[in-house]
Amino acid sequence: MSEDLRAVNSRQRFRINKFVIGGVLLLAAVVLLVITSLKGNAQYYLTVEELTAGKAGQSASVRVSGVVLGDTIRYDQQTLDLTFSVAHIPGDNDEIEALGGLASVLHSASLDPNAARLRVKYSGVKPDLLKNEAQAIMTGSMGADGVFYAEELLLKCPSRYEEGVPEQAAP
Amino acid sequence: MIGGVGYGGLVIALVASLTAVITSIYGARTHSAAVLESARRAAKVTFPLLTISILALLYLLVSGHFEYSYVYQTTDLEMPFYLKLAALWGGQEGSLLFWCWLLAGFSFLVVIRRWKSEQDLLPWVIAVTSFTLLFFLILVVFFENPFLRYFITTDGEVTRALFQPMMTAQANPTNGAGLNPLLRHFGMVFHPPALYLGFTGFVIPFAYAVAALISGHTDDQWLKLTRRWSLAAWLFLSLGLVLGSRWAYDVLGWGGYWGWDPVEISALMPWLTGTAYLHSAVTQEKRGLFKHWTIALIILTFCLVIFGTFLTRSGLLSSVHAFSQSAIGPAFFVFIIIMFTGSLGLLLYRWSALRSGEQINSFFSRESAFLFNNLLFIAILLICLTGVLFPIFSELLTDRKVTVGPPFYESAAGPLFALLLLLMGIVPLTMWGVSTAKNLGRQLWRPALVALAAPLAALASGVQKWIALLAVWLVFFAVFATLWDTSRAVSLRASSHQESAWKAFVAQVRHYRRRYGGYLIHIGVSLMALGIIGIEFFQTTTQGMIAVNETLNLSGYTFTYQKLEVFDTTDGRNRALATVVISKGDLLLKTVHPGRDYYYASQQSVTLPGVRSTLADDLYVILVDWQPITSEGATLKIFRNPLINWLWIGSGILVLGTLVALWPAGERKKIMLPRGIDQ
Repeated sequence: MSEDLRAVNSRQRFRINKFVIGGVLLLAAVVLLVITSLKGNAQYYLTVEELTAGKAGQSASVRVSGVVLGDTIRYDQQTLDLTFSVAHIPGDNDEIEALGGLASVLHSASLDPNAARLRVKYSGVKPDLLKNEAQAIMTGSMGADGVFYAEELLLKCPSRYEEGVPEQAAP
Repeated sequence: MIGGVGYGGLVIALVASLTAVITSIYGARTHSAAVLESARRAAKVTFPLLTISILALLYLLVSGHFEYSYVYQTTDLEMPFYLKLAALWGGQEGSLLFWCWLLAGFSFLVVIRRWKSEQDLLPWVIAVTSFTLLFFLILVVFFENPFLRYFITTDGEVTRALFQPMMTAQANPTNGAGLNPLLRHFGMVFHPPALYLGFTGFVIPFAYAVAALISGHTDDQWLKLTRRWSLAAWLFLSLGLVLGSRWAYDVLGWGGYWGWDPVEISALMPWLTGTAYLHSAVTQEKRGLFKHWTIALIILTFCLVIFGTFLTRSGLLSSVHAFSQSAIGPAFFVFIIIMFTGSLGLLLYRWSALRSGEQINSFFSRESAFLFNNLLFIAILLICLTGVLFPIFSELLTDRKVTVGPPFYESAAGPLFALLLLLMGIVPLTMWGVSTAKNLGRQLWRPALVALAAPLAALASGVQKWIALLAVWLVFFAVFATLWDTSRAVSLRASSHQESAWKAFVAQVRHYRRRYGGYLIHIGVSLMALGIIGIEFFQTTTQGMIAVNETLNLSGYTFTYQKLEVFDTTDGRNRALATVVISKGDLLLKTVHPGRDYYYASQQSVTLPGVRSTLADDLYVILVDWQPITSEGATLKIFRNPLINWLWIGSGILVLGTLVALWPAGERKKIMLPRGIDQ
């Protein structure tokens, strides 16, 4: 009786080991999957200053963020080629907060003539949010001509209530 | 005045929840019925109090009290009534208050329903839910107050304050800034509340799990009591995700439904662990397995809910979702650490009490399949966490921020989602307990073979991507295997009970609601996968600038541009609306009206796609640009999104399946007997 039990026990232990091996294999496969996916798809997230200073190195694909300058936006209706310039904004969140929040950083950067600028080309539908003082987050690569060729273009307009100063009714 | 009432409700609710935390812990430790009764009352009263606050804020929103900064920032006079109500969750302060109100409502439901029968667990449940509520109320009362008003100082500066400061005059704006135009959509009415219901709903099973650990009642009672809570929370979370997806599809202008944005991922993460939890819980109920694991999963789900809220509101991540950033990040961080280490510590403390002695006996059994399901969900979670946290850690470690985008998630999580589909096909044909490879194989080969018809048909119609063919086979295999098992059970019952097939089917579903509800969910998910396969692998597109009566062609369809109208609407928009006729050969299919709205007040334009929807595909037409003066030429961009509607149909079936599983089973009442009776 007790021998039977022991036999069952060892058999069960053997089976549990199979699960441990299966689990370890699965974990190894996932880690491998993550690493290979990271290798092909990780991008440096740079500011305009860093990118124009050549910090991207040889990376094929980078992500860069800047503020859209409204009067530089050109859109070709025939080819859907979109070009515009962005100006440098700090990449660090604490720095942005220290300067009074995203909305005011975007505003002052768009007016600063000394801020580093970057010319951007994108092909496709002109996004609704592309306008002066919007934050553009672009993924793509630098061309030899010094223009940034964006494959992905995301835009963000800070929600209004950070700035919210109401206009007054007549007293 | 109304604002004062609302804020008063908040403050008293804060005091009440603090009282509930203290008295419930003290009462549970001293076994004092009187103290526990006051804990219960304190927990109960938070809901009516917060209801007063919510009603006050709603009143201010609807009646246009723009001197309140929250009202000013989220509404304007032109907005329709339903959007003014939805503005309740249109900004940080209101949505946090809404969070509190839902959580208070859930704890209210718990304490009024079962006080007598769950006396061992409920004091601790109250302690956990009230502590969570307390935390969120602190945020609302001290950091993100929705009842602040604008005041103007003598030198013209505008400040925000609860009460009128000295030497100021009350501001009196005539109109508000209005809700972000992109949020003015029906999705705004349903998507956020569904998500919040899901998020807050998971607090209840978590509270019960922690209560079980503290009180030492580590049997299955907590699990059975919260089964339907968890299912309902999961339902709302799923619904929230799908509604967000549909909303994006409607307004983003390029037919995007999911972008692997950090905010989206932070809502997906608790869904992943929540789904794993539901499966693990079934295994615990049926076989007494995975007890530690089930508790670990609900702890993880709760912490991910809080973590997701923290990520989206702290401004730590760069996301395109327009959440405001604020200073509440550190507070969240502390709260997560307390809850995570506290509950994990309790789990370790009760580790040996949770040991069951049961083991998985066969690699090919159903419990084994559930184990792999759990591992896959956790693996996908790890991928999501890696992607979301990578920029933060890379910057900490190397001083350079490295981000990952959708391709990373697709290539890393894609194969795992495919494995989940495969597992979904295998599971209905497995058995609890012992099973062999041969047994399982005998069940599997038929549906596996029948499902081959789908990729073969796709191959015959010219599809050549092998990944797409494999994915299509997986979808149909999962559906057929589920139907196969159902029909087998129905025909067995029909012959043994001498019933008609329909009657046998109904009886079968009534008897095993949870199983067939689950099956229905699986079929829904498989169909959703079909929609995703369609748009991901087979989307085609064209574009061009054409004059009136000229045409564009895409995948056999012809698009004729007929006219363009530009006009002002009554609610402050300038609308450009094109008329495009879609036809195939000589057959006229539909006239669509792609256009664009320009909101004067916010200087913001919103694309209005013109869509023709069928089960086979969506033809999605966008008016990109037009000649402003002559309106003779317009630029159109057209997408054909094959099978995309199966994503929405599948979601509907998923909801239906969850409702079947949730439906109260009359014959199961026995489980709910008070504890005293069997002791």
